[in-house]
Amino acid sequence: MKLIAGIIASILACLLISVAIELPRFGDPHSPANEYVASYYLENAYKDGHVPNVITSVLADYRSFDTMFETCVVFIAGVGIMAILFGTSKKSKHAVQIKSLPSNNSVIIQTATRFIVPMMQLFAFYVVAHGHYSPGGGFQGGVVLAASLILLALAFQLKGGLAFMSKKAMIGYATAGVLLYAGIGVVCMLYKADFLDYSALAYVLPSTDKVMARSHGMLGVEIGVTLTVMSILFGIYTQLASNGHMDEGL
Amino acid sequence: MANFNYIIVVIILCLGLWAMLSKKNLIKKCIGMAIFQTGIILFFISMGAKKGATIPIIQQGYGAHDVAHQAIQASHYANPLTQILMLTAIVVGVATLGMALSLVQRIFNFHGSIEEDEILNQ
Amino acid sequence: MIETLLTLQLPILIILAPLFAGFLTFGIGSFNKKLCAPITIVGTGLSLICAIQVLSQVQQKGPVHYFLGGWIPPIGIEYVVDHLNGMVLVLIAVVAFLTAIYSVKVVEKELSKRIHFFYTLFLFLVTGLMGITITGDAFNVYVLIEIAALSSYALLALGQKKSFFATFNYLIIGTIGACLYLLGVGFLLIQTGTLNMPDLAYQITLQPYSAAIFIAFILMVCGMFVKMAFFPAHGWLANAYASAPTAVGCLIAPLMTKVSVYVVIRVLFSIFSVSYVFDILNISNAVIVLAVAAIVVGSIYALMQQHFRKLCCYLIVAEIGYMMGGIFMGNANGFFGGTYHLIADALMTAALFMVAGAIYYKQGTLDIRKWAGLFKKMPITMTCFIFVACSMIGIPPTAGFFSKWYLISGALQAGHYLFMIALLFSSLINAVLFFRIIEYAYFGSFSSPNSHSQERSEAPLSMLLPLVLVIICMMVLGLYSQDILKYFIAPINPFLGN
Repeated sequence: MKLIAGIIASILACLLISVAIELPRFGDPHSPANEYVASYYLENAYKDGHVPNVITSVLADYRSFDTMFETCVVFIAGVGIMAILFGTSKKSKHAVQIKSLPSNNSVIIQTATRFIVPMMQLFAFYVVAHGHYSPGGGFQGGVVLAASLILLALAFQLKGGLAFMSKKAMIGYATAGVLLYAGIGVVCMLYKADFLDYSALAYVLPSTDKVMARSHGMLGVEIGVTLTVMSILFGIYTQLASNGHMDEGL
Repeated sequence: MANFNYIIVVIILCLGLWAMLSKKNLIKKCIGMAIFQTGIILFFISMGAKKGATIPIIQQGYGAHDVAHQAIQASHYANPLTQILMLTAIVVGVATLGMALSLVQRIFNFHGSIEEDEILNQ
Repeated sequence: MIETLLTLQLPILIILAPLFAGFLTFGIGSFNKKLCAPITIVGTGLSLICAIQVLSQVQQKGPVHYFLGGWIPPIGIEYVVDHLNGMVLVLIAVVAFLTAIYSVKVVEKELSKRIHFFYTLFLFLVTGLMGITITGDAFNVYVLIEIAALSSYALLALGQKKSFFATFNYLIIGTIGACLYLLGVGFLLIQTGTLNMPDLAYQITLQPYSAAIFIAFILMVCGMFVKMAFFPAHGWLANAYASAPTAVGCLIAPLMTKVSVYVVIRVLFSIFSVSYVFDILNISNAVIVLAVAAIVVGSIYALMQQHFRKLCCYLIVAEIGYMMGGIFMGNANGFFGGTYHLIADALMTAALFMVAGAIYYKQGTLDIRKWAGLFKKMPITMTCFIFVACSMIGIPPTAGFFSKWYLISGALQAGHYLFMIALLFSSLINAVLFFRIIEYAYFGSFSSPNSHSQERSEAPLSMLLPLVLVIICMMVLGLYSQDILKYFIAPINPFLGN
């Protein structure tokens, strides 16, 4: 098998390297990839949605459908990992025994965590809210929030982390996040626009024109992404760390 | 050497592919998968690089109205399309890796080993 | 107002119905497990109604376009439904709806505590498969392939304990396939700058001899070959599907490989044109050789199996060989045969797995040597099995006969005599296989020791009704084959000179 794998990998390498010489030059601002659709995005993103961060604009407006399915991928990963690890037997011959050590209750770590976690969560909210003007957005903020929860779970044992966000809360937040995203799209459909066409939100939100409605729609969608990513990433950590039982962890 | 970035990306890709197919330890296969996906992400990102360009956030002038009045030159900003496609690919990679690791945990719980030949001999 | 609203928004409603049903099943079903099955049946039922409506719209007015977010392509993502799309969407919706009804009893018995996980992942798998079919954007196909794939990994791992290792193998190989496809999309982007399928087709005609376009084609098609278990990447299929739960097998086995075949048809004929694939590249012969190998290897391995589901899985490998041979043949009859076989084979595989599930539910074994006396005990199930067997062997007027007819006439026209011989060989092997099973099931009753258990113990109605409906769909497909070919496949046949 090693030989067959080696042959396949080297054939692929030779094929791709022989093409790599003929691709457009690295860093060329006028290559076809940089010219056609991408330059439209750069030139018109601010005009269409009043959002200077072009990445957020493309992610949440022009290609928002891809982002909705990306959020669904995160959701499915959480559901799938819960499904796979459900019912792992504790009595099997090879079951891993996870025990909390006395040294896990370190005063230094717990005190430092108490200072750091609120700052992390505040920074995460800033990253989400300011995603229109600086690098940031839903996924990034959600990951920082999940990291703060994982830090809690590491410092105060898994039970401490679960006290902050229980399994039911995780399911609730994840479902709320994706429903918020898809729900905004359905609200747009109710006002005679296409799915995820935020300009229809101008009829719903008070005193906004079509351009600002897009900006607010993007923010709402990013908040949905944050909720789902935060809860599912923390859920994946608790499931993997406790072998599916959600009681004792690393 | 012309387009050295693509050549490095191809080497990373093929190393990851070889690791996925030939290694017997399941965790090494997962690591190979992560390397393979990293190679693809690098390929897309280096496709969108522009010489002398900055991040794709429209520079605000000293007043907000300046942005609306200046014409925006696309060659000043890096390509946003490839970066967004790769945000999606990174998320998909994380999800797949999580699922692979949970499967490895379940395999160890049942079979007692994470070496492919030992599992197949059982 | 509601009427026009609904008619315009139908393409997106096909996807939203199972998607929202999936969210609701997980949110509500985690707390109240009895609501999972009704929500699933309603979600797939709504999707089926919308898919049939869209197909009739396409039939009357031509391809339907839907712009997501209101942005015109290539700036935004576009949904395009033409005849091919519409048919595959209806196929997915029918199989999903019937499997949802079929699964109610089976899931209670096999997966009693994980019902909400099963139905949530079921609905996401259906969403992913439908999304792959309906989209007109090359990168969106990758995201939805991953949704379908992740749901299928988790669903397959719900099976017996030894399914974990097979699912892990499937995960590794499935990721290779999807990532090769993504790499191909990257090469297309680097050379053309767009991701929208009709736009890509136009840009490729402007620079047909570019090396990057050639590599993109190879990578996209090879990635999809890996995902559809085409020879030589067929080893993962039998192990992965054989130890899965019954209802999971009924959903995944008919649909996942066929949707990958659909993606190959799209890549071949809607992104790269006929003249590129068959005149400039001229790879038809190479793929037909692989198709012949797939048919021969699949049939021979199927003959060696005693476990019924593994047998069906190797038959899938052979059937994929039929489809790929037909599509890469290069003439109108081959395309008719390959595309018609896509739909016929999905229904046949669904029926086979439903029969297997019914027998496993009642008798507890899938070893065909232990199926003695089944004709007396489960007459309706075995009658349906005979219909499927006739179709797989290729007896007129079943659907299998017509697809073999068109494939053979296409092979004769194109001069691929080896493919024609492989098709006839495969029919012979199928005949031997199925008659052997029918012999075990019919004649075993007289020699079995427990002759007191001769009374009927038929599968429950919720499992029989979907099976009978699938058989009826399969027979309708066969009896009306000329109409279906004329009205649904001929408009999209790129070899008919329109």
